[in-house]
Order: sequence, then structure tokens, then C-alpha cells
Amino acid sequence: MTESTLTLCVLLILLVPFAGAGIALINTGLGRSRSAAHSMLAALCAIGVAASVYFVSGFAVQGFAGRASHDLILSGKAWNLVAAEPFFFRGLDWNGSPASLAAWLQMFVVGIAALIPLGAGSDRWRLGAICWSTALLSGLTYPLFAHWVWSGGWLAQLGANYGMGHGFIDAGGAGSVHAVGGLTALSIAWLIGPRRGKYGHDGMPSAMPGHNAVLVLFACLLALLGWIGLNGSIALLVYGIAPGRVVLVGINTMLSGTLAALAAAAITRFRFGRPDASLCANGWVGGLVASSAASAFVSPAAAAIVGLIAGVLVIFSVEWLDLHLGVDDPGGAISVHAVAGIWGLLAAGLFARFPDGGPAEGQWLAQLVGVATLIGFVLPITYGLNWILNRLHPHRVPAEGERQGMDLYELGAGAYPEFVTHYDEFANR
Amino acid sequence: MTLKIPGFLLLIAGWILVIAAIVLLRLSGPRTAFVLAGVGVQIAGLVLVVRSHVSPREERP
Repeated sequence: MTESTLTLCVLLILLVPFAGAGIALINTGLGRSRSAAHSMLAALCAIGVAASVYFVSGFAVQGFAGRASHDLILSGKAWNLVAAEPFFFRGLDWNGSPASLAAWLQMFVVGIAALIPLGAGSDRWRLGAICWSTALLSGLTYPLFAHWVWSGGWLAQLGANYGMGHGFIDAGGAGSVHAVGGLTALSIAWLIGPRRGKYGHDGMPSAMPGHNAVLVLFACLLALLGWIGLNGSIALLVYGIAPGRVVLVGINTMLSGTLAALAAAAITRFRFGRPDASLCANGWVGGLVASSAASAFVSPAAAAIVGLIAGVLVIFSVEWLDLHLGVDDPGGAISVHAVAGIWGLLAAGLFARFPDGGPAEGQWLAQLVGVATLIGFVLPITYGLNWILNRLHPHRVPAEGERQGMDLYELGAGAYPEFVTHYDEFANR
Repeated sequence: MTLKIPGFLLLIAGWILVIAAIVLLRLSGPRTAFVLAGVGVQIAGLVLVVRSHVSPREERP
């Protein structure tokens, strides 16, 4: 790696925490005011636990391409299953090597993955359970899937071993970060159930609007910065793109996010008579998530199409989950990260064009295998782990905690002590 | 609850079918067909898992 590439990579990595800040603020703004401090503290705790666990054991599971791994030989081909790195980052050279940069980047990225389920568990997920669940995500689920995708694992080798294009590509974390986080969010939403009062006696959902739209919309701008760093640094470090191609990554990321938000605004304007601010924010982030699959390998026109479709998918997914499936996801985490992430991965199979010669035959099949792995391996394992955890350390706060709000119940003080309590939130419906 | 475990088993079974297709089949056509079949099994499993988590409207808290 040249000095200029190293510098560019460090600059891009420094942008990544803005993505985490954006997600944390969106989760907080879309939750209720009486749980706002809890939401932000939970975000800090999740990032802390994720980084610590990743330092202890996560990198040992994930590793980096070209380094030691445990392989299984199946029909004459090596299936790279898990890294064989020592714990505590031992074995890394701190000289700006790609592996050391990847370890640093991944400490931020695993934190982003850990923030995603917080959006689905808003207003009722206990802080202690959040920390334990985050430890499971960052110690096992995330690094294992990330190894398969980014560290020369079997998904990445589908191209070399079985002629499926360039193998499963995920050049910004649409699958490894967002779909993994989004599927964990779905597991959490299923396990802890909807907020008290979310569904009336007739079973119909009631609107529980977020308490701070300004926070949510400002967070979208922060997220854009973070996503450019995320997509650019992963494409540079893992896929070895030329530094000049980072410009394309930035353009594609921005196109996808902004057009997804415009699609969301148009749909909500058409359906409800006015654009819906929170759904537009969800659309924006959904577009960014979808761009993460292959922003380094698609044309700007393709990125625009991917973003537009992501915006549409997110809107209908939010409504479907809320209205028909009884899934209470205050932050829209499942739709934004799981649905848009999976769409981005599939779209990469259709639109990806590689610098060494256009479209790759079989790329769509590799992408489909990756999505099947998310649904058939990641979802059952994250659900199972969180189900066991729920038995040992219940995720959901007691009814009294929900009535008081998470701030008072778990922290002893509110985020906005001078606010007047809205009594109608407690009224029987 | 009764649908949940079969649903998750179908999710895993579909994934194993996908892996088996990659490992065992060398020709592109049959391999693609079996991968698609595996994904189909997963969709069936996902439907079961989702339905098992949908509580009747009158029972929602």
C-alpha cells in the first residue's frame, strides 16, 4: 500500500464514526422523549461493548484476507470457514499494514452493526440486555459472516472456486453490517414484542411519532458523511480498488441515498397528501445502505436506480411490518437495514461492472448464495442466541418501566427535565 | 409457536440445499436450479417463521 493510499484510507476511516452518530441520533429521535437519554447511552454502551469484544475475540474470528485460517476441504476445494488469528490483536504489525488498518476500521464498523438493533428495541429494551446481545453480535455473528465475505472466506471464494463471478461482493457492508444488524433487529423485535399501547383493542397500530424530527433529519446528513467513509474504506482495503475510484464511490453513495429519500418523499406525498419526515429519513438511510453493496462497482445511473428502488421498498416494508405483521420497529431498523441491505446485495448481482472487464458471469448467483446465507444461517443463529439470552436475562423492561420511560426507570433522570409530560400517552385507548 | 421451529428448520434446510448444490453439482444449469430450489425452501420457512410471530390483532398489547 502506497503512502497516499494509506493516507486516503485513514481519512476515510475517520469519517466512519459519523455513520454511527447518524444511526444513534435517528434511533433517539424516532423514539419517545422519555427514553431519549437511555437511547443515546445505549448507543455508547453498544459501541463500547462491540469494540471491546471485537478486540478480545472478534478479530480472531474474522481475520484478514491472506492470513491464517481454518479450512475445510469439500470436493477438492478449500472452504475457508474461520480465521486462525490470536486473541487481543496479537500478531498484528502496527506499521500501517492493511490488516492493522482493517482491525481499526472493523472496531468502528462492528459498532455500527451493534447500533442497528437498538432502533427496533427502542423504549423497551433493557440496557443490560443490550450489552449482552451486543457481545454476542460482535463476538460471533458479525465476525463470522464478515470473515466469509471480507477475509477470503468461502463466500468471497465462490468466484475463484466455482466460477460464480467475482464471488460474493459486499463492498461497503450492505450484508456484513446492515443485513446482519437488521436481521438481529428483527429477532429482537420478535422476542420483545411491541410497545405497550402500540396496538389498540381493535388490533390496529397507533402512530407513535418520534419526538425530534430535527435530530432525525440532521442525522441523515451525518450518516451520508459516514457512509462515504464506510464504502470508500472497505472498497480500498478489502477490494483493493484504485484510490481514484473513491470519487465514484462518493458519487454513487450520495446518489443512492438522496434519490431514495426523494422516492420516499414522493410516495408519502402521493399516498398521505404530505411528505412524511421520518419515512423520508428512513428512505435516505435505506438508499445509503443499498449503495453499500457495490458502490465501487456500479455506474452512477445504476446507483440511482438502486437508490430509487430502495426508497420505495423501505416505505412499503415499514408499513407492512407495522400494519400486517405486528412488528413494532420504532426506528425502522428492519426495513432500512435488512430489507434495503438485501436489495442492495441482489442489485449488485445485476448491475456490478468490474474494472477488469465488465459484468461477471454468475455474479447474481454468488449474490443469491450470500443472501441465502444471511437468511438461512445468520437469522436462525442470531434469533437462537437472543432467545437463550432472553431466558437468562430478559430483554424487555417491566410494564412499570415502559410507563415511566426508560430514562427514569433505568437511569433515574430524564433527557429533557424541563419538558411537560404528555399525559395522553398514558390514557387507555 | 408450533410453526416457529419448523420454520427455522426450513430456513436452515434451504441454506444447506444451496451449499450442497454448490459442492456437489458442477454444471451451471443444475447448480442454479438447486440453488433456486434452496431459496424457495427458505422462502417457505420465512413465511412460517413470520406467521408464527404474528399475534392475532385482539391479543396485541
